[in-house]
Amino acid sequence: MRIERLFCILAALLLTAQAQAGLDIQNWTTPQGARVYFVENHELPMLDISVDFDAGSARDSREKSGLASLTRHVMALGAGHYEERDIAEKMADVGANLGGRLDADRAGFQVRTLSGKAERDQSMDLLAAILSAPRFDASVLEREKARVIAGLQEAETRPEYIGAKAFQAAIYGDHPYALNEGGEQETVAKLGRDDLVAFHRDYYRAHNMAIAVMGDISRADAEILAEKLTSGLPPGAAPAAIPPVTAKRQGMQQVIPHPATQSHLFMGLPGLKREDPDYFPLYVGNYVLGGGGFDSRLTKAIRDKKGLAYSVYSYFMPMRELGPYQIGLQTRREATNDAVESARVELERYLKEGPSDAELTQAKNNLVGGFPMRIDSNKKILEYLSMIGFYRLPLDWLDTYTPQVEAVSHDDILRAFRARVSPAAMSTVIVGGQTDGQGK
Amino acid sequence: MRPPLPRLGHPSMKRLLFVLSLAVTAVAHAEIVEQTLDNGMRVIVKTDRRAPVAVSQVWYRAGSMDESYGTTGVAHVLEHMMFKGTHDVPAGEFSRRIAAAGGRENAFTSRDHTAYFQTLQKDRLELALKLEADRMANLNLSADEFSKEIQVVMEERRLRTEDSAQGRLYEGLMASAFQAHPYRHPVIGWMDDLKNMSVDDARAWYQRWYTPNNATLVVAGDVDPTQVFTWARQYFGPLAAHALPLRKPQHEPEQNGERQVTVKAPAKQPVVALAWQAPTLTDPEKDSDPYALEILAGVLDGHASARLNQSLVREKRLATETSAGYDPVARGPVLFMVDATPAEGHTVAEVEAALKQEIARIVKDGVDDKELARVKAQVLSSQVYQQDSLFYQAMLIGEWTTAGLDYRARDIRFRKLKEVTAEQVRAVAAKYLVDSKLTVAQLDPQPLDSNKPAQRGFGGRHAN
Repeated sequence: MRIERLFCILAALLLTAQAQAGLDIQNWTTPQGARVYFVENHELPMLDISVDFDAGSARDSREKSGLASLTRHVMALGAGHYEERDIAEKMADVGANLGGRLDADRAGFQVRTLSGKAERDQSMDLLAAILSAPRFDASVLEREKARVIAGLQEAETRPEYIGAKAFQAAIYGDHPYALNEGGEQETVAKLGRDDLVAFHRDYYRAHNMAIAVMGDISRADAEILAEKLTSGLPPGAAPAAIPPVTAKRQGMQQVIPHPATQSHLFMGLPGLKREDPDYFPLYVGNYVLGGGGFDSRLTKAIRDKKGLAYSVYSYFMPMRELGPYQIGLQTRREATNDAVESARVELERYLKEGPSDAELTQAKNNLVGGFPMRIDSNKKILEYLSMIGFYRLPLDWLDTYTPQVEAVSHDDILRAFRARVSPAAMSTVIVGGQTDGQGK
Repeated sequence: MRPPLPRLGHPSMKRLLFVLSLAVTAVAHAEIVEQTLDNGMRVIVKTDRRAPVAVSQVWYRAGSMDESYGTTGVAHVLEHMMFKGTHDVPAGEFSRRIAAAGGRENAFTSRDHTAYFQTLQKDRLELALKLEADRMANLNLSADEFSKEIQVVMEERRLRTEDSAQGRLYEGLMASAFQAHPYRHPVIGWMDDLKNMSVDDARAWYQRWYTPNNATLVVAGDVDPTQVFTWARQYFGPLAAHALPLRKPQHEPEQNGERQVTVKAPAKQPVVALAWQAPTLTDPEKDSDPYALEILAGVLDGHASARLNQSLVREKRLATETSAGYDPVARGPVLFMVDATPAEGHTVAEVEAALKQEIARIVKDGVDDKELARVKAQVLSSQVYQQDSLFYQAMLIGEWTTAGLDYRARDIRFRKLKEVTAEQVRAVAAKYLVDSKLTVAQLDPQPLDSNKPAQRGFGGRHAN
């Protein structure tokens, strides 16, 4: 389907709020068991591919924290008959870009390539080798471990990193979501080649994978491409699901000293799953509290009225299991208590009252009216395909987005927020901390 | 969150693809049309019908390079104040109305310009134009709003610069590499100037530079150009123009001798950055050195196996990170930069020597045809890829226009990049990357002493 037609349909959908046809997502499973999500579009002579495995840092153990990240990273540094140096050179020779990402749930690669057959074949050969035949050369591994450790050392001087890490540990306790995505200096130092080989064998399987394809390719060629990417993967079933997060009843409070001129606040708890009945009430509700930029109460109260912060926000990050809900800001140290107290007051007031009618209307207008901008480029559509595929969301997820936003009521928000965001259960981490009058 | 300062505070120079993709339009079928209103405002429209979306950007040719000592940062402060209300549209209401229309909006200030943008469904574009025209002429600038917003800007400076070792290194580098030209000042301004700024400073800035004859409206998306021009005449047309102050060139004198600056800040690893005075693109058809320098940056750092990473990180294992960057599109003088983070057990001096050795190797042996072809392949593909972003397409037009270049010359530029020879790449390395035009900045990492507050107001003020 051409994207112009597609958008006509979407525009009509916005007017009628009837979820019928939307993005024409084609979906199939390769013979090896990988799920493929494809949108065909020939307007630009380019192709975007994303491959995602359930192989994020939630698959790490405390002892081997950082293994998932290091495995994914070193996979692209030598594979099959390609030397380390060949991979980047041969990608560049055809003008292709190779990217990668890792979070607690997902580990994956993205390739953006010209869609001509020569360019496509070369970039996809490289990607297939990276996925199925990584070398994990010992010398490369030692070098990359040293680089990762250096990166962790540097990060551990930065208040935003120190705070985010402490916050994650505070809200997740023994759950693997507590583990730092990149690992720890001591655990990374101990990782060996065997660990990477085993991790790859156990998690980089077709059954544990979603492939997203967006752009200038036919369905027939997309099928061939998907099979090429999966045919050499280690066999075997998908690994068992990660454990659920058990919510804490009582949050922890922590102040971490730091010499920075600003204090950094992290306040929150495990909040929302990707597939969650309260997804839309919490999402729309949070727009009003801290997600809606200059529309949000936190920004109005703390930035606009008091001039206490450049950035103040709250967000839900939906994950396979309960992802974090976090309120955050940075403020000059002598204003720490004032800013943190203001954030608490806004949260408590919101839990008491919920949004006003005007606020709820404003939130819906923005989310509904902004929908076309969510899918106005190949890159953005690829991201949605990847998300829908990885989390096994319904294929019409985007089609139902607008009506689901529209359907949220004041009471839905109040109920969902009260159920999920209990102030007593929230943990607070402050890096820096209150000083009096000297932090100019 | 608004307002980002996209060129501020981070010396990481991974801008190659961005820079190269300025070359553009080989495959772009999109049509660009332009009109100038009677009051001197330029209106440029690029149609792209892939999605029912429109981007509006208003570019003012006023950035931090137009500021004076004592009021550095005022361009950016005024950008913040532009959201604080007019006679008809009270403080905060601009953002609220755009958000209610489903739009996303923001603004950014750089050394060369200040720009305001909205992305909306195509049938909401008129709202953005109407609101932008209103705040071009009718800004309130109340002392009360200013007193709060200046605090917000200081928080922004703390976040991006005071508490960021890399931000401070970059600030120190710029203050040393430029001695006469105002590029030596940080876009966000020195903290002391922010503390002493008044609403009158912001008002003077607004009255001086915010006039239609100093502005360009760029609209891109699924729009009818005739309709856009009609709206532009309707909303911006009635605004009175006034004469702009004389802009003195403030040319940076040619550097005669290496400069060095050391920045101490809480961090673990040192960083070393090398910056050479380099040419600005002034005539896209006649110039050749800027194109050769762009290709050189690609040879050094266009991909993970390019020379700097391959040599310093992978083979010699002297560094954990390297980068190179050069952007010749600017109103003022530009730098060619490389930087690196020494690996454990290696010193800044070793890494600096290794970076220079890579340059020397190119000066002596040149680059091979495969390397050259590889960089050009990346130029070609980036031309295609950049068309995936409507916002970016509008951004390119605005940047070229405010830099005083004809955006139509981007076609020429692409051809010129393809024509660069291996010998030209070698020759520009020999001509420009010489010690007498070099500034070396190093980050000297300091332990985190939590009992002691960090140095205040430090901000790289050691212009040697």
